[in-house]
Amino acid sequence: MVKALVLTGYGVNCDDETAFAFRKSGAEASIVHVNDLIAKPSMLKDFGILVFPGGFSYGDDSGSGNALANKIRNKLWEPLMEFVDSKKLVIGICNGFQVISNLGLLPGFEGKYGERTVALAHNDSARYECRWVSLKGFSKKCVFTRGIDEIRLPVAHGEGKFTASDEVFAKLVENDQIVFRYAEGNDVAKGEFPFNPNGSMDDVAGICDLSGRILGLMPHPERNIFFTQQADWPLQKEILKRSKKPLPKESAGLKIFRNAVDFAKENGL
Amino acid sequence: METRIEVFYQKNDARAQIRLESIHSMGFSAVSSLKLADVYTFSSPGLEESDLQKCGELLSNPVLQNFIAGKPFVPSEFDYAIEIGFLPGVTDNVGNTAAETIHDFFGEKANGTRVFNSQVLFLKGNISEEDAETIANNLANSLIERIQIKSRAEFEKDGGMGVVVPLVKLDETPKAGEVSLDLSDEKLVELGKRGIENEDGTRRGPLALDLDSLNVIKNYFGELERSPTDIELESLAQTWSEHCKHTIFAAELDEIKDGLYKGRIKAATNQIRKEMGENDLCASVFSDNSGAVFFNDEFLVSDKVETHNSPSALDPFGGAITGIVGVNRDAMGFGMAAKPAVNRYGFCFADPKDKKLLYRAKNAQNPILSPERMMLGVIDGVNVGGNCSGIPTPQGFMYFDERYKGKPLVFVGTVGLIPRKVNGKNSVEKAAKPGDAVIMVGNRVGKDGVHGATFSSEALSEGSPATAVQIGDPITQKKMSDAIVKEARDLGLYNSITDNGAGGLSCSVAEMAKECDGCIVDLEKVPLKYPGMQPWEIWVSESQERMTLSVPQEKVKQFIDLMDSRGVEATVIGEFTDSGKCVVRFNGKTIVELDQDFLHDGLPKKILRTKEFARELKDASVEMPSDYNAELEAMLLRLNICSKEFVSSQYDYEVQASSVLKPLQGKGNVNADASVVRPVLDSGKGVSLSQALYPKYGDISIYDMAASAIDSAIKNLVAVGTKIEKIALLDNFCWCSSDEPERLGQLKQAVQACFDYAVTYKVPFVSGKDSMFNDFKGFDENSNPVKVSVPPTLLISSFGIMENIENAVSMDAKIAGDLIYVLGITKNELGASEYFASKGEIGKNVPKVDAKKAIALYNALLEAIEQGIVASAQPVGLGGFGVALAKKCIAGGLGAKVELGKVPSEGIDRNDFLLFSESQSRIIVTVAPENAEQFEKLLEGNDFARVGEITGGNLELIGLNGEKIVDSKIEALNEAYRKTLRGY
Repeated sequence: MVKALVLTGYGVNCDDETAFAFRKSGAEASIVHVNDLIAKPSMLKDFGILVFPGGFSYGDDSGSGNALANKIRNKLWEPLMEFVDSKKLVIGICNGFQVISNLGLLPGFEGKYGERTVALAHNDSARYECRWVSLKGFSKKCVFTRGIDEIRLPVAHGEGKFTASDEVFAKLVENDQIVFRYAEGNDVAKGEFPFNPNGSMDDVAGICDLSGRILGLMPHPERNIFFTQQADWPLQKEILKRSKKPLPKESAGLKIFRNAVDFAKENGL
Repeated sequence: METRIEVFYQKNDARAQIRLESIHSMGFSAVSSLKLADVYTFSSPGLEESDLQKCGELLSNPVLQNFIAGKPFVPSEFDYAIEIGFLPGVTDNVGNTAAETIHDFFGEKANGTRVFNSQVLFLKGNISEEDAETIANNLANSLIERIQIKSRAEFEKDGGMGVVVPLVKLDETPKAGEVSLDLSDEKLVELGKRGIENEDGTRRGPLALDLDSLNVIKNYFGELERSPTDIELESLAQTWSEHCKHTIFAAELDEIKDGLYKGRIKAATNQIRKEMGENDLCASVFSDNSGAVFFNDEFLVSDKVETHNSPSALDPFGGAITGIVGVNRDAMGFGMAAKPAVNRYGFCFADPKDKKLLYRAKNAQNPILSPERMMLGVIDGVNVGGNCSGIPTPQGFMYFDERYKGKPLVFVGTVGLIPRKVNGKNSVEKAAKPGDAVIMVGNRVGKDGVHGATFSSEALSEGSPATAVQIGDPITQKKMSDAIVKEARDLGLYNSITDNGAGGLSCSVAEMAKECDGCIVDLEKVPLKYPGMQPWEIWVSESQERMTLSVPQEKVKQFIDLMDSRGVEATVIGEFTDSGKCVVRFNGKTIVELDQDFLHDGLPKKILRTKEFARELKDASVEMPSDYNAELEAMLLRLNICSKEFVSSQYDYEVQASSVLKPLQGKGNVNADASVVRPVLDSGKGVSLSQALYPKYGDISIYDMAASAIDSAIKNLVAVGTKIEKIALLDNFCWCSSDEPERLGQLKQAVQACFDYAVTYKVPFVSGKDSMFNDFKGFDENSNPVKVSVPPTLLISSFGIMENIENAVSMDAKIAGDLIYVLGITKNELGASEYFASKGEIGKNVPKVDAKKAIALYNALLEAIEQGIVASAQPVGLGGFGVALAKKCIAGGLGAKVELGKVPSEGIDRNDFLLFSESQSRIIVTVAPENAEQFEKLLEGNDFARVGEITGGNLELIGLNGEKIVDSKIEALNEAYRKTLRGY
């Protein structure tokens, strides 16, 4: 069975629901405190997927994701590199995206990790924003988002403005590493609030590493795995009922977790 | 080494831009640019200059920021530099995290390193030094923050802002002194009001003990033939405070011998539970930190709503964050520890546009904060507290009235989730056993929050203690919460648990000691934020983020090791006993020895008498409007009706993935009156939440004010599909001047309504809280004495269990062609309505609730919801039918065509009265045409009518005389709905 390690501790707070989403997708998910992993790093070998869930690690003090990234860099860097080098999967959601950006797991140009070249800065509104956004899928190489051309997910963050130098950004595009962009209707959001909720460069909501096996994204797919989690499900329900169609149980975000589990299964991770 | 590292953005800093805008809104448009630097001040015995580069790298992000270590950051352009940092002893979360990061990296070399966070604002612009001071005072809170201002010249001359290490230095040797009670009555009263006298003649702050209580204490110690120690007196003051003992609700009141709480509120619950028999919803009522109901075979759901009014008046951010994080601990401290699952909030403020200040002292000295600062600070406090804790905050409201100017009301609540059985035992049963270790977990103790409980039992005035202000640290609490609720509880590592809230250790340990009848505590073992605190301060401090647990001796090591591995501090500070005494020692010397009986039950019972609150009422005189489009828009612009989206969308309502019906509903994102969550992800059941209050109705009838709040709190849950028998209530009384018999008379009426309506609806109260002195005494700008009292305010919070979340009904209109029904009857009940208030009138006829009729109506609607034929349901509240319909249309992005003549009404012959009367027990429902017959059949026998249909066009209303009186574009209504608070 595919095993996912969902990291927790120090203010991480989306561990339960993220583990739930992996279980629902057919994986065995364990929530592991970062100090337990530090005490026994060898346990990482048993897992095929490493998950950095959302939350407020260290309360965003000294920059979102920075303090937890420092801890991991200081105490877990080698086992982490071993994990990544064995072609396993890593996903960072929201605060997890901030952590793996600070760790330099992204963008991972030329297969090298550890350098910080992308960042999630304070939202343009300088305020925490909780809202549903539309996303357009771009990357063909990202294993998590295969077959997802568009999706609606909630965002909830104060520091989600994707920032990189022009050179880094050009490389991301060239390498097909842009996974999601915020969208409005059929087009990208073109920076317009609230469709682009934070002022991200070129509406970037998520990127992957060069291999497509490490994904970081600000929106929360684990919050849209049930029909009744969607912002507009009461309206959808009325429309479905009147065309005598049954209500679905699941929702679009689950596919991201299923893709990961399927890939891990196929590749014996 | 003492030095600074300053981190600054390379390019855009969104925070600086927003700060600049807020400085402009203060009236300083001359400030043309602003640059921010985040400062980390280091005090380290071991680190060297050569380590600073690494420290800077650890504390900054090279993609966004640069840093300078050991010398000041000097922006190319600025005229004034303002540094804002915490005062010594104030919790500095960022500094603490930075210190931990430094320790992680440098190891032993970093031992003893302290890091303090501050911020420098570099302002460019043609402003005076006085302007800079005003700006700084507006941005900082002098109770908790220090300000330093330098002009560019001074900055350059001094070589920067200088290095300030804000360490607390206390010189006194800690000891417990004796306090003689051989005093005249007059002196005793002074002792109660102003507190114990220090050696220098100053006073320590209110004990809030009245003469009767002090005489009982005097007699007790008289029999012991000794004087009390200061800590004994402080301890009694905490335990006996109005805040902790609810003395007014416990007092004999007129003919109610058992008092309002036991004789009315609890009596209603007992009666309902008896009548419900096997269908009794309640799992735990009034006996623990929260009340709880059965969720399913596996879980209970708890709920608790607190107030944090006084602290929020002094420091809105700090008061609100400690309020929300504090009430989270009422979930963690419920039973064997419930997981905080949902937050709720409710704020009452004066109009944020009211800029006229009030003062605590004469000659315009010591101003209180403006309504706008109170509002923004409180909103921000709940934002940081709730979001950082990973608890969704879907349910809340903001209510405005000028009488909240002196003291805002800040309601905060937490729903908890707990298995019915923990380690095979009922999770609601817990008891400390003699011999168990007393363990304090979480944060350390400081002077912050000394006298919080006694202070909130008094009115706010010049002498209000600054130490009552606390700063929240949600991450410390989150670590503790996870370690206890997700691990220690299910490992069976403790026998009992409670939170440290009001009164700190003095209340939590003494409360738990009731379970085994005694305790002995060694205060020197309590971990402190800084040395030198007096024993009494340690005992009563309300420093946040702490729980007290009783841990069997054989499990102490396992428990402490677990906490340690989760980065949580846990310390054995004593032992539970069965000695019948509460004993506290300090360095081996006994400084408290009180009989448990006396400590908990020695408080003399008060006897209170009421008087009628007489007032003259007169009919309102309101001219018939000529333009109803404008009138409807004017109503949507009102503070109590307009969109609060900017608050809802800055609170994470999606975390824990439990959200079902959200705070903002429909395409148009309209604030709904109720929300629904699914707290257990693999269950199809839900918890619905709502709340209601009608303070203005109290200007006419307090009884009907309470009745309306109860009806609305129930109705809002019914409208989303919650069965009445699955609903429970919580009460929060926020009163004023409760030492006046007239105010007590009002209280008695409100409580009577609670009894009457709870019993009729058979909806029990399961928990409650009161705050009886919400008054401000001070001066206006001309030194005239001013007393601002809040209107007597009763918040009714409701929560219910829903069998199937897929049946939940939202409020937004769904599909053009759907039929619109009005359920319930509209009467000439515009007294104290928003409409009359918009005309500067009050009137006489306040809404009255006919609960029997409402029950029949609600049950019929619930049957229709269960059969799946209700497309949307919007309860009618403030602003009446017209506003509710407009909101439904805005939410759906759809129009409607309605004939007012068809709306069931009684005694109304005016369009404006029909549109804006706030008669209770009404709900607007939309139904697909094919379901009309079925729906009408189900509703038969109730007051209801089909009044029109949803369209794709405008909102069109046909008046009573057949003329079209409203023809509004939905965009125009939407614009009005959003306009008033836009910009926040």
